[in-house]
Amino acid sequence: MALIHDFAVQGAQMTLVVAIAPLATGLVRKAKARLLRRKGPPVLQPYRDLLRLAHKDVVLAENASWLFRAAPYLIFAATWVAAALVPTFATGLLFSWTADLIAIVALLGSARFFLALAGMDTGTSFGGIGSSREVMIASLAEPAMIMIVFSLALLAGSTQLSAIAQYMVSPNVGLRVTLGLALVSLVMVGIAENARIPVDNPTTHLELTMVHEAMVLEYSGRHLALIELAASLKLLLYLSLIGCIFLPWGIAPMRAGWAAYASGAAFYAVKLAAGCLALALFETAIAKMRVFRVPTFLGAALMLGLLGALLLFVSRGL
Amino acid sequence: MALLLPLWCVPAFLVLALVAVSIARRPMATRLIYSATAIVSIVVCAGAFLGLRGEQAGAVRLPLGLPGVGANFHADALSALFLFIAGLGSLAASVYGLGYGKHETAPQRVLPFFPAFLAGMTLVVLADDAFTFLLSWEFMSLTSWALVMAHHRVKDNANAGYVYLLMASFGTFALLLAFGLLAGADGQYGFEAIRAHHPSAFYASLVLFLVLLGAGSKAGLVPLHVWLPLAHPAAPSHVSALMSGVMTKIAIYAFIRIVFDLLGPPVWWWGIAVLALGGATAVMGVLYALFQTDLKRVLAYSTIENIGFIFVGLGLALAFAADHFQIAAVLALTAALFHAFNHSIFKSLLFFGSGAVLTATGERDMEKLGGLIHRMPVTAFAVLAGCVAISALPPLNGFASEWLTFQAILLSPEFPQWGLKLFVPAVGALLALSVAFAAACFVRVYGIAFLGRPRSSAAADAAETDRFSLAVMLALAVVCLLAGILPGYVIDALGPAVQSLLGGHMPKQSAMPWLSLVPITKTRSSYNGLLIFLFIAASASITAYVIHLLASKATRRSAAWDCGFPDPSPLTQYTAGSFAQPIRRVFGTLVFRAREHIEMPPPGDVRPAKLEVHLEDIVWDSVYAPLAGAVGLAADRLNILQFLTIRRYLSLVFVALVALLLVIAIWR
Amino acid sequence: MHGLAFDVAHLLAGGLVLVSFMLLYQDRLYALLNVYALHAVVLSLSVAWQAYTQAAPHLFITAFIALVFKAIVIPVVLHRMIVQLGIHREIETITSIGPTMLAGIGLVGLSMAVMLGVTADASLIAREDLAFALSVILLGLLIMVTRRNAVGQVVGFMSLENGLVLAATGARGMPLVVEISVAFSVLIAFIVIGIFLFRIRERFDTVDVRALDRFRGERR
Repeated sequence: MALIHDFAVQGAQMTLVVAIAPLATGLVRKAKARLLRRKGPPVLQPYRDLLRLAHKDVVLAENASWLFRAAPYLIFAATWVAAALVPTFATGLLFSWTADLIAIVALLGSARFFLALAGMDTGTSFGGIGSSREVMIASLAEPAMIMIVFSLALLAGSTQLSAIAQYMVSPNVGLRVTLGLALVSLVMVGIAENARIPVDNPTTHLELTMVHEAMVLEYSGRHLALIELAASLKLLLYLSLIGCIFLPWGIAPMRAGWAAYASGAAFYAVKLAAGCLALALFETAIAKMRVFRVPTFLGAALMLGLLGALLLFVSRGL
Repeated sequence: MALLLPLWCVPAFLVLALVAVSIARRPMATRLIYSATAIVSIVVCAGAFLGLRGEQAGAVRLPLGLPGVGANFHADALSALFLFIAGLGSLAASVYGLGYGKHETAPQRVLPFFPAFLAGMTLVVLADDAFTFLLSWEFMSLTSWALVMAHHRVKDNANAGYVYLLMASFGTFALLLAFGLLAGADGQYGFEAIRAHHPSAFYASLVLFLVLLGAGSKAGLVPLHVWLPLAHPAAPSHVSALMSGVMTKIAIYAFIRIVFDLLGPPVWWWGIAVLALGGATAVMGVLYALFQTDLKRVLAYSTIENIGFIFVGLGLALAFAADHFQIAAVLALTAALFHAFNHSIFKSLLFFGSGAVLTATGERDMEKLGGLIHRMPVTAFAVLAGCVAISALPPLNGFASEWLTFQAILLSPEFPQWGLKLFVPAVGALLALSVAFAAACFVRVYGIAFLGRPRSSAAADAAETDRFSLAVMLALAVVCLLAGILPGYVIDALGPAVQSLLGGHMPKQSAMPWLSLVPITKTRSSYNGLLIFLFIAASASITAYVIHLLASKATRRSAAWDCGFPDPSPLTQYTAGSFAQPIRRVFGTLVFRAREHIEMPPPGDVRPAKLEVHLEDIVWDSVYAPLAGAVGLAADRLNILQFLTIRRYLSLVFVALVALLLVIAIWR
Repeated sequence: MHGLAFDVAHLLAGGLVLVSFMLLYQDRLYALLNVYALHAVVLSLSVAWQAYTQAAPHLFITAFIALVFKAIVIPVVLHRMIVQLGIHREIETITSIGPTMLAGIGLVGLSMAVMLGVTADASLIAREDLAFALSVILLGLLIMVTRRNAVGQVVGFMSLENGLVLAATGARGMPLVVEISVAFSVLIAFIVIGIFLFRIRERFDTVDVRALDRFRGERR
């Protein structure tokens, strides 16, 4: 019975993330538009976009290979598995032990690997531009993320996300510089990984500045829909990650019962909305930086992560 | 005695080498020799496998070599592990050679040395006294040098061979000194005797330094790596695979055997030295790899990166062992050994892939390749698996060993020394950087060579390679997958070797629920490659099913969109150089003093614009160039010695003799 | 000193190191001044918190001095100075930011290793403060070393002095007189440097300190 219960929670989590990922994207767009005193598209517009894309024909470039056609499925699957393992409304997910935080980072790395390859498959200059910049960004963002994981894992004594989340609600966590540094660093990495301003602009097709959009330029129809959905999922994943590590309040513990799940879900919704609004506010307030400023930005994230890991040793406990 | 089965393979290999000398020019020689080496390699593997299963160790003493010492051979669990790696690599290379060897223009330069090289590697692992070890080591170096020189008329190969020979003799010399120190004043050269007698702390540290020079130069530790990217690519591809995949592991074996087994209890700062070298090697190696355009040279530099990774694991194990923290030491050593095994598999696979590309197109330069995924689909698939594995992406095996290493790094707060506590996370950052660079590097390799449009007619007309090569590559890809999704079995197999060195091993992984990887406790960390693989497979299929159920199935082919400016010429694609440009701008100026020089002709001028990039190899410029200069200078100065009279020569000899006698008189 | 009191002290002292890194990262003059003001605010908060938890009212004066002079007066004056002098607004650094930050991390690691190793039996908060303070001092020196612009060097110097104050409050032993004298000596140093800035500028038409080197006939 307990197993069925756990399965239900894990399954709910898995469907939940896919179901609400476009909503989060829509919310950010709407909030940004309102901040600019535009009316903006409806919050549900991303769903309509996905449906519309799914019903269109796929137009493949003449020399696109099987990899180009397989990549969207792989990218989506890897991102989905990663997102399904980050606690949203409840910790202690059934399969949380299959992949710890390092593995989740690496799963996202797999998705990016195939995305970058897909960008190069058609042999166009824009695909190349996107892929080459993406790997440059990733070459700094990924180590920064690993350093954040290090700080958290050294602190909580575990790389399991559930264990970290439980540690963060426990009373012995305290205020720590390390956590502050990790949060700042995680936000910076999240911005870069999700191709948000100031690193990349998700709404632009301005040729010289785009990174993510350049890689997916040749995609159309259902393939593009999958990639867009994967991008939304990734944004949701980062928001959930920040939520479950740095704002762990209200998250339901393992096998807590339906009432706790409901309140956990309510808390999650609030956190998500707050995260989306904060992102929109940040994006509106800041200007996009030049591509070659990005390494400095991410280098700072990496340094902050490393500094956080070093400063752990001055606090009590370690 | 099953463990000594591999010892019987050595004469078999040597006989094959002799046979090859006589029949090399005949057409059937290639097939005959490679089939025979494949069969003997299977025997090596079988013997090693029995050893890994816990078969009793055996020792043999042959009345050869030094009087009183003889030639001692012994195979314990550590030897068995490396014999297995060597046997598997030799088997793969032999079978690959069955197909690849047909295109060999000078088989008489390859066939005799190939079995001899295999014999040399097997002997090193089996040797049980210093003399036999050094002799086998030198034999391995020389035979591999002969293979590097197989195509000696090709530009730069002779230079590569020269540098390799110099560095190999230097490495052997360092090892010779190390064994001299280990043997002590009584000259006990048997490993058993060396093990029993521990040198003083100073001499032990000196031995560590010498071993880092000797084994490190063979493995490719920065700054001793300079020969490796020259020599490995110069050899025929299956030999490159052996050199990168297996010979570097033999060097790792030598390091482990001497430092962990023979040297006695470690000191904690040894860990720092090895960690620093390993971290620097990992990052430097992959940065070099990122800026190369020669396919095989990229792979050789990436070998350096992986060696750095392995040395980080070994350094951690040393430091933990010095602090008597056994669980962590065991974890770190297991991670290092696991990565050594994994690297031997995927690096062989990638070198085979580059060999297939080389035979199909005659090109090693990535700037002239492209679009091979259409012409060589099976090779492209296998190489993709290798690229994913070496980029440490789940669920393949590279990630499993990387994950284990990170788990060992996360135990760093347990160190009592502040230096280690703070230094180990910094090394972790270096490793994370190198892993991310490796992914970038292999996106570049695969994207430029296999994807996109062909950049030369050779690439456009390429044809799929032969079935032997394909079979080997696919088999290795399967091994990558299996070792990635079932890492528990591999780790259990490493258990006896780790046990023999550190007196403990990791908890039995294959007994864990769901075959998870649980290095310490389940609440601390666990990873399950099998389930991740199944999840990805399941969610990809569910997605595909749903998409094909609901979405439009129509697919049209059309010209690439490319923002509305499609260019028919493949020259507008990103090249290997331009792909690396962002990373070069960020890290190249720091590490390689990269400078760009742009020559833009004024409007109306018909000259083409030019962009030149200068990279400086700081290791070469700061270490080797001054050294070479000093040697040249000394040679110039000493040149006068060539033109002395006989009386002067005699007086030189006389003075030297008296000086030596004086030294003895003063010291004793 | 347990629980929340410790945590807040830890957070503020660590925040000071973080702001030092922000100083290191900045390459625009105005932003540099703003971050310096933040540095001083964090310092005064930290000192005030120490005053509160240690029940040492004289530390409030130190905090007040830090807030008024360092967080308000000096940045405002420097700001006006920059406007008056019309100094080029970007700071030239000697190496790029990446290596400088790396060196900074190394310095922090070094000061941790030294301080935590040496002060094994001191109280937890004193150890921490000393380790953080040494980091801030070393980072301040690093800022001075890596900036070519005199204003950047002044800011580096002032942040270094903040580190000294942090060390003094953490060690609990320093009398008020010493602190005030330190504060005033810094003020005097600041005035002297300010006058120098004007002088340099009048004579060489730049505040790039390389001009001074050239004037002395040295290379670079």
